[in-house]
Amino acid sequence: MSELDLRELHNTEFPVPADMQNNVAITSLSRIYNWSRRSSIWPMLFGLACCAIEMIATAASRYDTARFGMEVMRASPRQSDLMIVSGTVTKKMVVPIVRLYNQMPEPKYVLAMGACASGGGPFKEGYNVVSGIDQYVPVDVYVPGCPPTPQALIYGLIALQRKIDGQSLANMDDVPWYGVGPSDPVPIPILGPDIIDPRQMELIRQQAERAAGAAGKGTRDLPAAVMDIGKPRTVPTVESVTAEVKQEAGVPAVEAPKAEPAAEVDPEKAARIAKREAALARKRAAQEKGEN
Amino acid sequence: MVDQAILPAALDSGDVQTAINHLKEMYPGKVQDDTRQGYSGVIIDRSVLVEAATAIRDKLGFNYLSSVTGVDYLGFGDHLEVVYHAYRITGGPALVFKAQTPRDNAEVPSLIEVYPGADLQEREAYDLMGIRFHGHPNLKRILLWEGFNGHPLRKDWKEAYYEQEHKPFDSRWPAGYARRAEELTVFGKNVQYPADLDLSRLSDTTESQLYSGMGLGVDVQDEVTSEGIKTDRLVVNLGPHHPSTHGVFRMVVELNGETVENLEPVMGYLHRNHEQIGERNAWNHNMPFTDRLDYISGMSNNLGYALAVEQLLAHGARYTPPTYRAEVIRVLMVELTRIVNHMWAIGFLLNDLGAFFTPALYAISERERILDFFEATAGSRMMPNYMRFQGVARDIPERIRSTANQLNDRVRDFNTMDYLTELINERIPGAIDELDRYLSDNEIIKARTIGVGYLPKDMAIAYSAAGPVLRASGVPYDVRRAEPYSIYPELDFDVAVRYNGDIYDRYLIRLDEMRESVRILKQVLPRLEATKGESVFAGNKAIYMPRVPLGEAYGRVENPKGELGFYVISQGDPKGPQNPWRYHVRAPSFINLTALGQMSKGHKVADIVAILGSIDIVLGETDR
Ligand code: SF4
Repeated sequence: MSELDLRELHNTEFPVPADMQNNVAITSLSRIYNWSRRSSIWPMLFGLACCAIEMIATAASRYDTARFGMEVMRASPRQSDLMIVSGTVTKKMVVPIVRLYNQMPEPKYVLAMGACASGGGPFKEGYNVVSGIDQYVPVDVYVPGCPPTPQALIYGLIALQRKIDGQSLANMDDVPWYGVGPSDPVPIPILGPDIIDPRQMELIRQQAERAAGAAGKGTRDLPAAVMDIGKPRTVPTVESVTAEVKQEAGVPAVEAPKAEPAAEVDPEKAARIAKREAALARKRAAQEKGEN
Repeated sequence: MVDQAILPAALDSGDVQTAINHLKEMYPGKVQDDTRQGYSGVIIDRSVLVEAATAIRDKLGFNYLSSVTGVDYLGFGDHLEVVYHAYRITGGPALVFKAQTPRDNAEVPSLIEVYPGADLQEREAYDLMGIRFHGHPNLKRILLWEGFNGHPLRKDWKEAYYEQEHKPFDSRWPAGYARRAEELTVFGKNVQYPADLDLSRLSDTTESQLYSGMGLGVDVQDEVTSEGIKTDRLVVNLGPHHPSTHGVFRMVVELNGETVENLEPVMGYLHRNHEQIGERNAWNHNMPFTDRLDYISGMSNNLGYALAVEQLLAHGARYTPPTYRAEVIRVLMVELTRIVNHMWAIGFLLNDLGAFFTPALYAISERERILDFFEATAGSRMMPNYMRFQGVARDIPERIRSTANQLNDRVRDFNTMDYLTELINERIPGAIDELDRYLSDNEIIKARTIGVGYLPKDMAIAYSAAGPVLRASGVPYDVRRAEPYSIYPELDFDVAVRYNGDIYDRYLIRLDEMRESVRILKQVLPRLEATKGESVFAGNKAIYMPRVPLGEAYGRVENPKGELGFYVISQGDPKGPQNPWRYHVRAPSFINLTALGQMSKGHKVADIVAILGSIDIVLGETDR
């Protein structure tokens, strides 16, 4: 905030005399409260992975988050308002992250920076990677990118400011911290044979009992379409997909809507796909022959 | 203080052959040539491994153990194999030796007594492969946690989101049909539990086990020294969330008063399963993943991986090496990266010394300019994904432009060569001199760093330290000279070396190396001009994915942080498998940490943060 312009706070029809406009503002409590909070968000000094480097670059002189009152990065969660989850969240690291989140005083916000924090990113399938921090703590703003450019991060921070502007003191259900009493901490995950979210205990127990029963491991409540992943599959057509969806929904597969005449399908691509399918089929047949 | 470079390749491959012959004479019947197609080195019977390794170190002179890793040959002999790459510290090629063990009850003697640098690497192989190293004093999981179910790098271990052995997955290609991986598990999360999971007995013991390894509880004990001064002994935990640990690194230190008696690095908080994902990925699919190893120097990581795979490709019939222009551009990128990295390292070392952020702001301002060039060339500031096997992705652009001309954005539009010339001849040397002027003679810096974190020469070698850490301890070892690659043989530069092995020298050597990089870059500029317009890619553009011939390869480069090696194995389909059978990264940040405990002993707790800063680690690479 380079220049303090009080007029931006005005929130009333009541006229302020022209000569007092730089000294007096008439506004609502929510407005001034939100205004002061969003102009001094202190992020936690906390980097996880590659995205943290761009976060530091954003805070440095070229991009300069000081323009938003955000240059004060606090190392302690107790003094910070915003947790920028800047990087891949691993199962081992999510435990301290949840703990840090719980230690932050309200009002608190979480910004998921980058593909990893938003949904797992390039390392999503890794056995030690959490598919997005939002599986454990609530996220306010997602910033896509790998890593997001400093510009993108700044855009995300501005989006957060807008979000804060829209919150209301009057409406207690709006955000938990305007309600009564303390809000519940997020339960801390446990590192067992794999990470265990205490909120899923019941489900895990059920599955374990199932597995211990006759069925053995591998009986999972999966939709039929998921089970066949890994098996060679044919290219879905409009008909097959509709039929699949209908079956899953328990509805008998009624007549699929007539496929649009092949106008949208690129004939070259279709030919390529058909060729590949044929080759695959030949290969499979040859393999089977070899095995027998 | 820059020493004359050691002569390249004083020992050629014939010497390795002589060494192997000696070894065979010493252990008749126990040492065999590795005769598999595309493999080299010897297989040593595990019963004589320790003696043989001692002989390799002392008699044959291969005293620098670069890399230790495991390979699971499920379906190809059904054994586990531990692969060692040992070098002579004077330069030259590697002696590769291997030890095999059955998959059940896998056990190999630990080489930690012979090569202390094997410490963390053996723990990693134990953690991810389940190979027990007999005689290792601290064989605990390192990247995952105690109690994790299974050893994920074994070929029969499947992750929760498992779809298929290799990419591109049939479910997505060629139709482009994708599904959210969360749908694959009932839990909607990336988790799976063993059938015998007992929730009633579940408790998180990772922390207590960690502290039990320290041989001390967390309670405070009194101790009276001979002079009658009373100090408290206690265990202090630093990290994984700590402002000065360079990411999510954690140290558990045992203090006597304020003096460090014992330090245990704890890692894995950023273990992103790089290697396992890499073994499902297609060969060229791994290139963007290497960017994310040492994410400050993406370009050099690219080069290391490209070199490793090119070694394999060279076995094939139709291989043409990268064009000259491609090599020139590669060196340009890599040396610029070195400057970016060292600037960053120095800035943040100052942070660790307590000069919070102001020096760092100076240090990384020049980085932005280099990144502008990277962005214009590769399309991304930090994650270039720029190198290809047999070349680079595209030529450097004619002009560097901003993509959008927005209000308040001063339009960027420069001629690339002018921009580079100014950067290399004026801006970067100016920035280096500026740091030198402000920092090198600073009272406080000298008081805090001289004599602190001392790593003697022989210990640096024994602990397999690499890069600036090794060279600051008086060992002029630089892969660019020891086993030259690309166009380094024709470039004129010196290997920087310093002799005191403390934080101050590790700071100074980074300045030296940046100056040497500038020297290299100045020679690169005319070569860039001279090759203008030439092709930058020697491969066949029509082939999306080259078939990689069978065999093993170890490609290594001198990364800013030390020797970065890629050990890749191509195995399986004889026409050339789609994806690496094994993809191992020898990460300098990881292995340099082996010596951290040694360096920290006897120093104050405030110093270990600076010692860590002087090693210059990056967690993406440490934990992978
Ligand atoms: S989103 Fe990309 S840059 Fe960010 S942490 Fe993940 S891999 Fe790194």
